[in-house]
Amino acid sequence: MSNPLVDMQKPDVIFCIGTNMTECHPVAATGLKKAIARGAKLIVADPRRIGLADLSHLYLPLRVGSDTALLLGMAHVIAREGLVDEEFIKHRTTGYDDFFEHIGRWTPEWAETITGVPAKDIETAAIWYGIADKGAIYYTLGITEHICGVENVQSLCNLALMTGHVGREGTGINPMRGQNNIQGAGDSGALPNNYPGFQSVTDPENQQKFKVAYGKEIDLEKGITKVTALELCGDSIHAMLIDGENTLISDPDREHCEHALRSLEHLVVIDIFLTETAELADVVLPAAAWGETDGVCTNTERRVQRMRAAVQPIGQARPDWWIISEIAKRLDFNGFDYDSPKPIFNELCSLSPIYAGLDWDRIDIGVTDEFNNQWPVPNRDHPGTPRLHEGTFVNGKGIFSNVHYRDPAETISEDFPVWLTTGRRLQSYHTRTQTGRAEGIDYFLPEESLEVNPADLEKWKLTDGEWCRMHSARGSIHIKVKATNRSPRGTVFASFSFGDVPVNLLTGSGYDPVTHTAELKVCPVKLEPL
Amino acid sequence: MRNVDKIQGVHKMQIDGTEVTFSDGETILEVAQRHQKDIPTLCYDPRLEPFGGCRLCIVELEGARNPVASCTTQATSDMVIRTSTDSIEAYRRTLLDMVISENREVDVHPLRGYVSNELASLRDKYEIYSSNINGTTSGRSKADDNPFILRDYDLCISCYRCVRVCAEQEGDHAINVMNRGFHTQITTEFDGLLKDSACTFCGQCIQTCPTGALADKKALRAADTVPETQIDKTRTVCPYCGVGCSVDILTHDEKIIGIHPAMDGPANQGALCVKGQFAYDFVQHPDRLKVPLVRGDDGKLHETSWDDALDTAAAGFQNVHAKHGKYSVYGIASGRAPSEAAYLMQKFIRAGFGTNYIDNCSRA
Repeated sequence: MSNPLVDMQKPDVIFCIGTNMTECHPVAATGLKKAIARGAKLIVADPRRIGLADLSHLYLPLRVGSDTALLLGMAHVIAREGLVDEEFIKHRTTGYDDFFEHIGRWTPEWAETITGVPAKDIETAAIWYGIADKGAIYYTLGITEHICGVENVQSLCNLALMTGHVGREGTGINPMRGQNNIQGAGDSGALPNNYPGFQSVTDPENQQKFKVAYGKEIDLEKGITKVTALELCGDSIHAMLIDGENTLISDPDREHCEHALRSLEHLVVIDIFLTETAELADVVLPAAAWGETDGVCTNTERRVQRMRAAVQPIGQARPDWWIISEIAKRLDFNGFDYDSPKPIFNELCSLSPIYAGLDWDRIDIGVTDEFNNQWPVPNRDHPGTPRLHEGTFVNGKGIFSNVHYRDPAETISEDFPVWLTTGRRLQSYHTRTQTGRAEGIDYFLPEESLEVNPADLEKWKLTDGEWCRMHSARGSIHIKVKATNRSPRGTVFASFSFGDVPVNLLTGSGYDPVTHTAELKVCPVKLEPL
Repeated sequence: MRNVDKIQGVHKMQIDGTEVTFSDGETILEVAQRHQKDIPTLCYDPRLEPFGGCRLCIVELEGARNPVASCTTQATSDMVIRTSTDSIEAYRRTLLDMVISENREVDVHPLRGYVSNELASLRDKYEIYSSNINGTTSGRSKADDNPFILRDYDLCISCYRCVRVCAEQEGDHAINVMNRGFHTQITTEFDGLLKDSACTFCGQCIQTCPTGALADKKALRAADTVPETQIDKTRTVCPYCGVGCSVDILTHDEKIIGIHPAMDGPANQGALCVKGQFAYDFVQHPDRLKVPLVRGDDGKLHETSWDDALDTAAAGFQNVHAKHGKYSVYGIASGRAPSEAAYLMQKFIRAGFGTNYIDNCSRA
């Protein structure tokens, strides 16, 4: 997030797109509710009538996968109505003239033909956001899990740059991260293109720095993403070390994924449960869980915080850092002699400019009057950075992107006439390895169901509460039908949480060509009664 | 003449004979608490709008005919306040006595909630162990089969902290007040079950309840076996989404028995959701992997020693590397393990094999 969580109470106009925040980030959503109670206006764009839509002043029910068109339409209106921040554009951005020309033809009327959202509502949304003194954008995977995820994000950046809604309190472009330390995993360099601290692997200076630190010549080319690696399993990838991910259930196209992992010569999984993925491994190593292990994690607002062990690890389980180090030492890799997580974190800080002012002891103390534990913290005297892009962007000027709308990888057809979109629910988390084993959760959510608009039941000969078969181009599953107005006509929803209803057997129609993020939010399907 | 202090927003008043400063918008209670005055409260939660229901925080204000509630009275310049005169303390004692007389019990297990002993502490402070006030109890407990929130309204004192936290902090407005006076009752729409209301089971009502009337059913499972004074707390961060709420894990004898939100958590300021509050018991679930496993010649996974498992893990990577080269090994780091794990995963690949064949689970 460009802005801190406390800023969520401060915008005048909030634009939420592709985020089911009341279910997926409920505590963050309380900040928006407070802003609304204070008089802020909420615009919600989402194909489903989610909880946030009920709180909104303007709801834009766009067709799944049509976000770029909606956002182009909004940009057109903001420019047309003269709601741009000319000072900001002049001093902080580049490429506006070309962009202005580019959006000239993408009218809200055109956007209506793609998104299904009335042009009038697109205009209203654009005007509200454009006029706001403090306009803030919040998004989640509903923006990124598309073949055009990059264009979607760029489109949001365009809106913020045009209006100067960035680098100030109560503004910004704020993606909400979905896992407790997914930000930290990226910060720590577990990425094919970046060393720790988002330092590019293709920069010879960075390469030299890590060559010295690690005593090893590391490739100057980017590595491949997980998605590509799974595609190459059995061809060129023959061994994998997977730490704490139930790839088989969480990733798209389960059959492909299972085939990939089975074709490895050697698979080592470190996890806390014998997940569906661990069941395929040659070696399964029991990790200490949350509450059993000390370490550091980073939240969605770049806040670096301590996790602490409250109890001893169960059985013979050991912390991840110990397990990885022990394998490395057996392979005679240098630099894995650690006796605790503290020197590991301090090493990470010493190699990452954004963590340079941090260390274990400082994170242990946490927030003080003089120091906020939000990166970048480039040196010891730095007070921390709750808000990014104040006064200047890290990479110079904000660049407008002349994006174009693209159809999803697969669109509905005679064979697959229904849009399936997927996501999470309040009470279940990911593949339920954790929440599925928490007593009481089943009282609220014992099983998965397919959310179908009541008016569509008859058309598709389905019955509320009965099972149906759902096909995509990749496979078919059985799932119970639940009639609800949260789903619009022609679009159905299911979560991917339940192993016995493996929705990700069906998904995986395409990937964003840049980020390799799967289009989990769009999958044409066919429904039949059982 | 303009007061220079006022222009700067800093003013002066007197509390218990000492001159103190305060800034615009502060209440008498806030100023007094900043100056370490121990004023009793029951309906007060610093996160909520002042309510002035319990009247325990009354103070003497010079020039005012009656004592004033310090939580709802804004401090103004030149006020002269006495926080603990004999007559004020006598008022407070009587008020407390009346509150206590309406409840089935006052001493409750601290596992009920974060501040469930607030009333008991005040009873001890004012030593109200016997009473002349005899009457019936107010509030009626509500049978609710949900697994998380006990609605034991025999212990309710109508401070409305639960109703206010649900509205002001959580924004859900799931619970409200029914009836008036002695018959006041906390309820949901149509007086039904919580699961049929707008309740999301975030547990904030439990954690602000000063009497344990709303209680953590799940934590109370340990009440019979865990002595009240032997609950340890460990500050950490919630294991679920990326908001990073601070929590305290409650433990006893190596067992996790509950979760408290951290009221000073920088990301959550006391708020949690149903997962963070109640879905902690996966950690000590019987399904946990407790022993390393290695696939045997029979194709099945078998328990083995750490040494054997680590040797097998390392040998496999060595063989594949020798056979297929460095681009045949790939690492996927976790978005749930601590950063030290992700850091070592990338170091394992980079320092070990010299490639960038590393990713994390953020693309799905």
